[in-house]
Amino acid sequence: MSIDFLVHEAGDGIGVVAVEGIKAGQELTGWIMQEDQTITIKVLNDIPIGHKIALKNFAVGDTVIKYGTDIGKVVAPIKKGEHLHVHNVKTKRW
Amino acid sequence: MNSTFMGYRRENGRVGVRNHVIILPLDDLSNSACQAVANNVAGTLAIVHPYGRLQFGEDLELHFRTLIGAGSNPNVAAAIVIGIEKEWTNKIVEGIAKTGKPVFGFGIEQHGDINTIAMASRKAKELVQWASQIQRVECPVNELWVSCKCGESDTTSGIASCPTVGNAFDKLWKNGNTLLFGETTELTGGEHLVAARCKNEEVRKQFQAFFDRYAEIVDKHKTSDLSESQPTKGNIEGGLTTIEEKALGNIQKIGKECIVEGCLEKAYAPTGPGLWFMDSSSAAAEMITLAAAAGFVVHFFPTGQGNIIGNPIVPVIKLSANPRTVRTMEEHIDVDVSGLLRREMNLDQAGDLLLEMMEKTVNGRLTSAEVLKHQEFVMTRLYESA
Repeated sequence: MSIDFLVHEAGDGIGVVAVEGIKAGQELTGWIMQEDQTITIKVLNDIPIGHKIALKNFAVGDTVIKYGTDIGKVVAPIKKGEHLHVHNVKTKRW
Repeated sequence: MNSTFMGYRRENGRVGVRNHVIILPLDDLSNSACQAVANNVAGTLAIVHPYGRLQFGEDLELHFRTLIGAGSNPNVAAAIVIGIEKEWTNKIVEGIAKTGKPVFGFGIEQHGDINTIAMASRKAKELVQWASQIQRVECPVNELWVSCKCGESDTTSGIASCPTVGNAFDKLWKNGNTLLFGETTELTGGEHLVAARCKNEEVRKQFQAFFDRYAEIVDKHKTSDLSESQPTKGNIEGGLTTIEEKALGNIQKIGKECIVEGCLEKAYAPTGPGLWFMDSSSAAAEMITLAAAAGFVVHFFPTGQGNIIGNPIVPVIKLSANPRTVRTMEEHIDVDVSGLLRREMNLDQAGDLLLEMMEKTVNGRLTSAEVLKHQEFVMTRLYESA
């Protein structure tokens, strides 16, 4: 089965799109690398290669976890399947 | 990986993988003469840079240390130093001469450019003909000093190309090689993970002190949350959202097993084998220049969106896992690990692929950056000139 996105570990709330040309509405297959599992999710936006897809709903103030570690805070609500990037997540540093 | 390779054994016992004769300016004013000598004499390399005047204190010491270190690097067979005046020029010459390699200095004052260029060119011709007779000899692979730094990172860097370097570093570390990483600010968000890998409490304290110092500089000078510069525009285009996310990808380069042996100030050489942390800028050319000055002879450079950097002294081996970058910037990429994203290869195979390319490179294969003449030599400045 071909892989559309990658997840570092099972607890992460996000996946990284690994192929070009992902369009809203597609059913995507993801590989959770550490646990070697596959998951599927419906994508709600066009997402460029390398960009992230939310694997669950996030509310403002939530912490985003990747590599099992805090990578920043949510500043605008994000639905499962949406594009997660600088428009809805910011650093907690600096 | 073979246990030996064919390298250049230098007078001080260190092993180099290139045989450069460099023409090194002390200061910005001497670039022109250095370029003229390099133009006159085939097989020489002018290492131009914009600094060296009215620097003082620690910043001046770093300037001297970087130039002396660059000339002392085992990839350099011989050096000519040209400066506007004799005294500081001699400081660099004497520093490089400690390695035992041939080095000669020329001051421009009281001679002018044209006479200086003539004298330096005659000497450079002698040095090139001497260096061209040096033969590669069999050397143990574990005598290689290998540095790493990533650039134009994106999410594929953290998933694949940085972990590939980490896999290779773990193997080299077990082999007894001397290894380097740095990029102090780009550890922000993952500094606790590096601290946990330090050899003992003393090294951990050193690391934390370097990290805190850089964090203070950022706090002092910032006008925003740095979201315009760290991550960079290229990083953001590539899908990286925050400095924390970038740092966690970056840290993959130090593998899973390497222990941090010690911490180094900028452009200082390690005192033994193992993995060393150097306090450094995260700008690629600055970091690789510092690694060259510390004596590292080959560099691993993972890139996501496609950083094109090279260094005049150290071969920079580039790897990428981003299939778009590998396709659109193919001429810059030495090792394609995009198969990791498609589950066509595993990390162990990717690490071996990088080590195979390292072996070819240290035996003489030119990297993409060398062929494309990328020779970015960028000195780190600590503060304003007097």
